[in-house]
Amino acid sequence: MTIYLPIAELSVNVFVILGMGAAVGFLSGMFGIGGGFLITPLLIFYNIPPAVAVATGANQVVASSFSGSIWHFKRGSLDLKLGTVLLVGGILGASVGIWIFTLLRRLGQLDLIVSIMYVVFLSVVGGLMLWESVNSMRRAAKNETVALRKPGQHNWVHRLPMKMRFKKSKLYLSVIPVIVLGFAIGVLTSIMGVGGGFIMVPAMIYLLRIPTNVVIGTSLFQIIFVTAFTTVVQATTNYSVDIVLAFLLMVAGVIGAQYGVRVGQKLRGEQLRALLALLVLAVGMRLGLDLLVPPDEVYSVITQGVGF
Amino acid sequence: MTMRLILAVAALLAGLSTAGAQAPNEPQERLDIGVSTNEIAITSDFSGADITVFGALDSADPFLLDLGEYDIVVALVGPQRETTVWRKERVLGIWINRRSMEFEPVAASYSLSSTRPVDLITDNIVLDRYEIGTDNIRLVPTGSIGDGSNIAEFRDALRRLKRQNGLFERDPHGVDFVSSSLFRASIRIPANVPLGEHTIRAYLFKSGNFIMERDASLRVVKTGLEQFIYAMAYERSFLYGLFAVAIAMLTGWLGSVIFRKN
Repeated sequence: MTIYLPIAELSVNVFVILGMGAAVGFLSGMFGIGGGFLITPLLIFYNIPPAVAVATGANQVVASSFSGSIWHFKRGSLDLKLGTVLLVGGILGASVGIWIFTLLRRLGQLDLIVSIMYVVFLSVVGGLMLWESVNSMRRAAKNETVALRKPGQHNWVHRLPMKMRFKKSKLYLSVIPVIVLGFAIGVLTSIMGVGGGFIMVPAMIYLLRIPTNVVIGTSLFQIIFVTAFTTVVQATTNYSVDIVLAFLLMVAGVIGAQYGVRVGQKLRGEQLRALLALLVLAVGMRLGLDLLVPPDEVYSVITQGVGF
Repeated sequence: MTMRLILAVAALLAGLSTAGAQAPNEPQERLDIGVSTNEIAITSDFSGADITVFGALDSADPFLLDLGEYDIVVALVGPQRETTVWRKERVLGIWINRRSMEFEPVAASYSLSSTRPVDLITDNIVLDRYEIGTDNIRLVPTGSIGDGSNIAEFRDALRRLKRQNGLFERDPHGVDFVSSSLFRASIRIPANVPLGEHTIRAYLFKSGNFIMERDASLRVVKTGLEQFIYAMAYERSFLYGLFAVAIAMLTGWLGSVIFRKN
C-alpha cells in the first residue's frame, strides 16, 4: 500500500515507513534514546530528500521525547532551572543551525554536510559507547565496582566564572558550559534532525557532573522545546516538515517504544549498551561508505522546490 | 517607398494565387484533439496514470492515409522549471557536489506518444525546430558556464536522469488510428509527475512535413487532504509548524496514557 507524502512529494510504501518507525521506537524504548539519529539516516537510505528527513526527524523526536518525559515530569526528576539555562543555549543554537541549514541547501552541499556530521558523530559516540560498555563488562566479570560521580572532585569546568546555584542538582556551576552545551545540541538538532540526547546525557554526567537522577528528565525537557522550536522554524523557512511522514513515524514509534522498554528491562545494562554501540557504528559506517565509494551516478538534478 | 509597397502587394497576390490554385484539388488537412480529462488529481495512493487523447484528422487524402503517410505525434509537456545539474567529484577521498550548471526553465516532465518512432517520421531539423522528443528539448545554460566545453555532458546528464526517473518518457507506438479519420493517443503520466499546468501538444505530419499543431492544457493538482496539507505548509507555515508540534505532543502523550493502563 503506497501513500503520497505531500511535502516530500513522492509515494512511499506505508508499511516500510511504519516498520521503520516501529523498529526505531523499539530501540529507543529499549535503550532510552530519542531515536532521531537512527530515523534520519534510515529515511535518507529510503530516498526521502535529506532536507525533509532532517526536519521531519526533529518533529518525530518531539513525540518520542514527550512520551518519555511525562514520567519524569510527574516525579519531578528534573532540574527546571538547569533545563531552562540549557534551553536558552539550545534555542540560540537551533536558530544558528537553521541559518546554516538554509545556506548549505542553497549551495547544494546540505546532503554532504548532513552525511559527514552523521558519520563523525555516530562513529565517535558509537566507538566511545562500545569502549565503555566492554570495559564495564570486563569489570563486572572481575567483580569491581565504579562510581560514576566522585563527589568533591572538580575539573576545569568548575573553575569557570558566572556561577549559578542549581538547587535540585546540588550544584554551584558556571552557566557558560551549560549554555555552550545547549547551543551545540541546538545546532545538531536543526542540521541533523536529532534530539541530541546521545551527546547531551554523557556530557552532563561526565563533564558537568550533574547527578544521574535528574539528567534524563532535564535533557528531555531541553530536547522537547528545542525540537519543537526547530520544527516550527524548519516549517516556516524551508517548508520541509512532512506531517504525514512524521505522523506515521510517531504512531509506530510510540507503540514500538512500549515493547522496547519491556525487552530492555530484561537485558543487562552493559550488553544493552554494547548492542546499541554496534548499531550506531553500523549506521555510521553505512553512511560513510556512501561518501567514499565512487557513486554509480555522479550527476544529480535539482528542480525548483523538488529533488534537492 | 512606393517600390516597396508594390513588391508587398505582388507578394501578397502571389501568395493568394498559389493558395487559390492549391485549394480545389488539395484541401488542407486539419487536426483536432479532445482529452479525456483536463485535470489529473494526485491522491494519496497515486501511482501514475494514463490519459487518452482523442483526435480527428479531417480532409486527409485517403490514398496517402492508406499508405501511412500521415503521422501523429502527441506530447505532454510539463511545467517549465528552473533546473540545476550537479556533478560530484572526489575531494580528499570524499565524493562531493563540485560543479553545477543552471538551465533556463526546462519542461519538468515530457511524455511522448507517436504513430511510429519520431526519427522515422521526419528529420532532425524539423524535430529540433518544434522541440519534439526528449533529445530535442532545448536546454539553455545560464550563469557562468566556464569555457562552455562541458555543456554537452551536463545536458546529457539532465536528459539521462530525467529518463531514469520516468519524467522523460516515450511510447513510439502509442498513437493508433481507430478509423480512417479518428485516432487515439495514450500518454503515460508517472507517479512523480510535477504539479502544475501541463500542455498537450499534438503535431500532424504528412510525408515527413509538418502540417499543423494543436494544443490543449492539462492541470495536475493535489486534491483533498494532500492539497490542504501542501497549501497549509506553504501559505500558513507558522500555523502548520505549530500543528506539527501539537500532533507530536498529542501522539506522545496518548502513547504513554494508553500503554500505562495495560
